Amino acid sequence: MSFYESLMILERIPFKELWQKYTREDVMRALAKEKLDKEDLLALLSPAAGQHLEEMARKAQRITRSHFGHAVQLFTPMYVADYCVNHCTYCSFSAIHDFPRKKLTLEEVEAEAAAIASTGLRHILLLTGESRKDSPVGYVKDCVKVLRKYFSSISIEVNPLSMEEYKELADAGVDGLTLFQEVYHQETYSKLHVKGPKRNFRARLDAPERGCQAGFRSVNIGALLGLYDWRQEAFMTAMHASYLQDRYPGCEISLSPPRFRPYLGSFNPESDVTDRALVQIILAYRLFLPRSGITLSTREPAELRDRLVHLGVTKMSAGVSTEVGGHTSDGGTPQFEISDSRSVPEIRDMLYSSGLQPVFKDWDILAESSMR
Amino acid sequence: MQDALHIGGKALSSRLFIGTGKYSRNTLIPEVIARSGSEVITVALRRVDPSSREENILSHIPQQMTLLPNTSGARTAEEAVRIARLARAAGMGNWVKIEVINDQRYLLPDNLETIRATEILAAEGFIVLPYMSPDLSAAFRLRDAGAAAVMPLGAPIGSNRGLRTKELISILIEEAGLPVIVDAGIGRPSEAAEAMEMGAAAVLLNTAIATARDPLGMAEAFRGAVAAGRQAYLAGLGPIQQEAEASSPLTGFLNV
Ligand code: SF4
Repeated sequence: MSFYESLMILERIPFKELWQKYTREDVMRALAKEKLDKEDLLALLSPAAGQHLEEMARKAQRITRSHFGHAVQLFTPMYVADYCVNHCTYCSFSAIHDFPRKKLTLEEVEAEAAAIASTGLRHILLLTGESRKDSPVGYVKDCVKVLRKYFSSISIEVNPLSMEEYKELADAGVDGLTLFQEVYHQETYSKLHVKGPKRNFRARLDAPERGCQAGFRSVNIGALLGLYDWRQEAFMTAMHASYLQDRYPGCEISLSPPRFRPYLGSFNPESDVTDRALVQIILAYRLFLPRSGITLSTREPAELRDRLVHLGVTKMSAGVSTEVGGHTSDGGTPQFEISDSRSVPEIRDMLYSSGLQPVFKDWDILAESSMR
Repeated sequence: MQDALHIGGKALSSRLFIGTGKYSRNTLIPEVIARSGSEVITVALRRVDPSSREENILSHIPQQMTLLPNTSGARTAEEAVRIARLARAAGMGNWVKIEVINDQRYLLPDNLETIRATEILAAEGFIVLPYMSPDLSAAFRLRDAGAAAVMPLGAPIGSNRGLRTKELISILIEEAGLPVIVDAGIGRPSEAAEAMEMGAAAVLLNTAIATARDPLGMAEAFRGAVAAGRQAYLAGLGPIQQEAEASSPLTGFLNV
């Protein structure tokens, strides 16, 4: 039994008719409850709830403050390789795009790490394109060895791996896994993932669970919002998170609500996720999963990020470059365009002036290593 | 010092322990300490970054405070032990609050792993204060393992729901044979006072102060409440009468 079986059942929900059925009363009932169920989540994602964002926001803020206080954890992604064997319709790194690919040497990784660490950040998210050949587990592990000299928490966002491979990386000091399903709607998924191993929907869907089994401390999942109906995608993401949380109570499950961004190609998404929609999604996540982390990337513009930190967000990236080696050189191809290009000190100051505390360090790698 | 709380060779005059985790900025901490009168402050080792002068939480804590590093983030006894050793190596002293939590939804402690970690760390000379679910046999085991006190939860962390576990905590106070410090769940000064009236040795708070509209005012309110509750306990609360006492005994005629 994996989330896939649950998903098959959830897919039978007649979403299109259902969304219209929810009323103000359903939304209010969900808001009055302490422990929300699937029905409440649907109500909070429905058009009816769109009229009650303020009430949702008040409760979301209260819950967030009592569980997380005023702390917002900062991290930054670090791209080490952009080789990719997949063809995803919406991404610059897709194998069909012709641009000079890069993979950092370990010396370059070290220089990049030192540059990022000098900004005070202690949490890093190591990213590669998806290529077992060009950025295999061994390479990721070598990078981790370098990174742990500079960072106190290392997460990875790489192609889905086996449980044993995840375990190997956890033993090397990786404590977090980020893996986006991109699209939970299976038909759309196979349309958008034209070529490569990523076409295997189920292999991807089950990977976060393998990460939990391998002992990662935190697992971050998400749908790339805009690729299919956002209400349904947000619902499936939250159900996936709650599935993992129920089975792996020791693992902190976080959610990301990334919106589709311009990239090298010309694909345009079907579903337009407005700012209001994004707010509704974040609030629904927070109310349904009160203790989950919610991660906000620099895909969102600065002004919007400044508002969203009050509504449930607990982790955000800062000082971001989506290019390989982008912190020490330039000229790489960004995976997508970012919207908030503020530096770490700028984000830190923004948080302080919003009455929030930027947390640069929130973990210590405990895995034994000869490097320590 | 009158009515001091003796733990780990220290005599503490304040019975209010505070946390550091949820403030809007660390620069508030010195004043919260001053207004609360607290002498013990818990800090998550995971948040301590000695390499960062500006953001290092320890640089905001006055010298005279007793540091109580906690093992927040630990999911097993082994992890807690490793974190405690790192804290000692980082110069944070030899007090440690064991937190072993395997449930990210309610953040309830794992008593079994907590007992294991306590055994190891007490044997290594740490002054161990374990965060626990209020269970008497677990408290006995923690005492036997060498804990300096036990810290049962009043309600889940951050919930501000007060003394939901009151009955169990009062059993610990009566039976456990070591100081009972109520940790987590206390949201109001009246609840802190109640814990102290019951005979708790101290209370530990974070969310209630850190997320108050005016944290400094709230720190002071808790200082007063803890002192008042303690004084009431020492003064001995009058017994609660279920029925009005008849002014002349109802069975007096039997003695005639
Ligand atoms: S989304 Fe990931 S797998 Fe798809 S093309 Fe981009 S880098 Fe490759």
